[in-house]
Amino acid sequence: MASNPFAGAAPADAITRPPSSGEYLSDRVFRSLTLVAAAIIIALVVYILWEIGGQAMPAIRDHHVSFLTSSTWDVQSERFGILPQIWGTLYSSLLALISAGFFGLTVAIFLTQDFLPPKLAMVFRTIIEMLAAIPSVVFGLWGIFVVIPAIRPLADWLHEYLGWIPLFGTSLSGPGLAPATIVLAIMILPTVAAISQDALNLVPYRTKEAAYGMGATRWEAILKVMVPTAAGGILSAMVLGFGRALGETMALAMLIGNSNQISLSLFSPASTLAALLASSFPEAGRIEVQALMYAALVLLFITLVVNIIGTFILNLTQRRISGKS
Amino acid sequence: MQAPTTTGAPNLNKTLGERRALRSAILSGGTWIVALIASIPLFSVLYMLVVKGGARLSTVLFTELPPAGFELGGGFGNAIVGTLVMVGIAALISIPIGILAATFLAELGPTSKLAAITRFLAKVLTGFPSILAGVFVYAAVVLTMGGYSAIAGGIALSVLMLPTVILTAEEAMKMVPRKMKDAALGMGCTRAQTIWKVTLPTALPGILTGVILGIARVAGESAPLLFTALFSNYWLSSLREPTASLSILIYNFSSMPFDNQIELAWAASLVLVLIVLVFNVLSRLLGKPKA
Repeated sequence: MASNPFAGAAPADAITRPPSSGEYLSDRVFRSLTLVAAAIIIALVVYILWEIGGQAMPAIRDHHVSFLTSSTWDVQSERFGILPQIWGTLYSSLLALISAGFFGLTVAIFLTQDFLPPKLAMVFRTIIEMLAAIPSVVFGLWGIFVVIPAIRPLADWLHEYLGWIPLFGTSLSGPGLAPATIVLAIMILPTVAAISQDALNLVPYRTKEAAYGMGATRWEAILKVMVPTAAGGILSAMVLGFGRALGETMALAMLIGNSNQISLSLFSPASTLAALLASSFPEAGRIEVQALMYAALVLLFITLVVNIIGTFILNLTQRRISGKS
Repeated sequence: MQAPTTTGAPNLNKTLGERRALRSAILSGGTWIVALIASIPLFSVLYMLVVKGGARLSTVLFTELPPAGFELGGGFGNAIVGTLVMVGIAALISIPIGILAATFLAELGPTSKLAAITRFLAKVLTGFPSILAGVFVYAAVVLTMGGYSAIAGGIALSVLMLPTVILTAEEAMKMVPRKMKDAALGMGCTRAQTIWKVTLPTALPGILTGVILGIARVAGESAPLLFTALFSNYWLSSLREPTASLSILIYNFSSMPFDNQIELAWAASLVLVLIVLVFNVLSRLLGKPKA
């Protein structure tokens, strides 16, 4: 440890005094501790990648790329493939994003564009935020006993009369893509709505005033001025919402049916990477665990890429807008 | 277009007869409907929790063990204890590390390369799938310790809690006025003394908000516990043994064919949501002066 550079720095009649050696030492120690703590975060992420990657290594060596393109999951013959799970993860997240994107953006507009008096807007915002507080398993339970019975009549009707459309190609037997997607959309709605609200709030008020001053109606101002100006933030809301949907586990494991198949139909059971991990991991043997680690690595890679893109867009647009105003 | 006539002010009122105004009104109406639809799920979930979960709510739930197969009655006392213990372990790990890291990000090296990378990774970690925290801890802790345990569950939860604590604590410390820190430094305080005596106490409400928000977030998690803490039908006797939690109990019971278990799953959901909501409301109350 370096010696105290402040030693003897105080004139005799000063009302303040320089740090004593002990104080100087504890300052150094505390500063290094914070530095270590910050470095721990980086080390943690590296360790996560290294640990999951290391566990997956044997499976990667055995299955190579065929793991990503094959659709059998057979523990007995040790043949593993996760194409249906990759498909299910992307498909369910995309469907959820379409509905959550529409609802989330509308809610964000509803809350930021003077539809409600500020007090009521606060209450409504809390209602939407509370959705994020409901645990995933509770949504799963709710999905099983509320959503599935509720959509069954509509699903049967759609399948009967519009069955020729691939989307409605199979009948709903209980768990399936449709209830899973609905619950997933509800779960990512708060994320999309919150980030979109931030983006819309960042638009300077005079921009909107200028639009009104030109004689624009409320919706002309919203659609032609506010939303395009906030487009970067809204885009990042969508990307981060998508990222959240990709990794969502419990509600999907409970609702999607965990079936190893690729189908366009909304009513057929499917599977996702996260649901596969949740349902197979607890009972898996050593070889299967390695394959599951490979699947986890794929999920990690997809979500990391999506999240990094989303965070990056968000940083970029926030800097640009706040730099301008 | 006609040239404006010279007499009187132009008519600035929009009537619904005009196409543009009508379109705007219809879109506004649609927005109201969409917003109201978006609020249905929360009320539906809460209604089901109160009706289905409330029906079974009694003190027995908190003192008895989960029932097996055909048994009637029972409770989930051990699961509540397990959830609280594991959330406690997660808090013990992530609060000190999180606040120290946030101190570095906000005070000691806000513009350094290390801070930029840490901040970015913390943001990325908030979107880290919770199941992967479970996979990671399975590989790093369960395999090395040789079994499922409350400790492993707590560590998995701490991975998810850490980014929330860091990012909110950093924001809270940045809100402390520059003047106060400068005054302390001008009095001859070291940086550490400034942080301990001025920044941290002033930022405390904001930091607590983040901590409690982090606790609320992980209390309801189940994916990271599935294969780190597993489940147990008995009371917690050691931190190195498989441990029950409310969320895993709900997951296990939801797929059982017995009415008793389904009812218990609803009651456990109600208790779990109440725990999470209490923490959420607490963090809102603490965070209020900021807004």
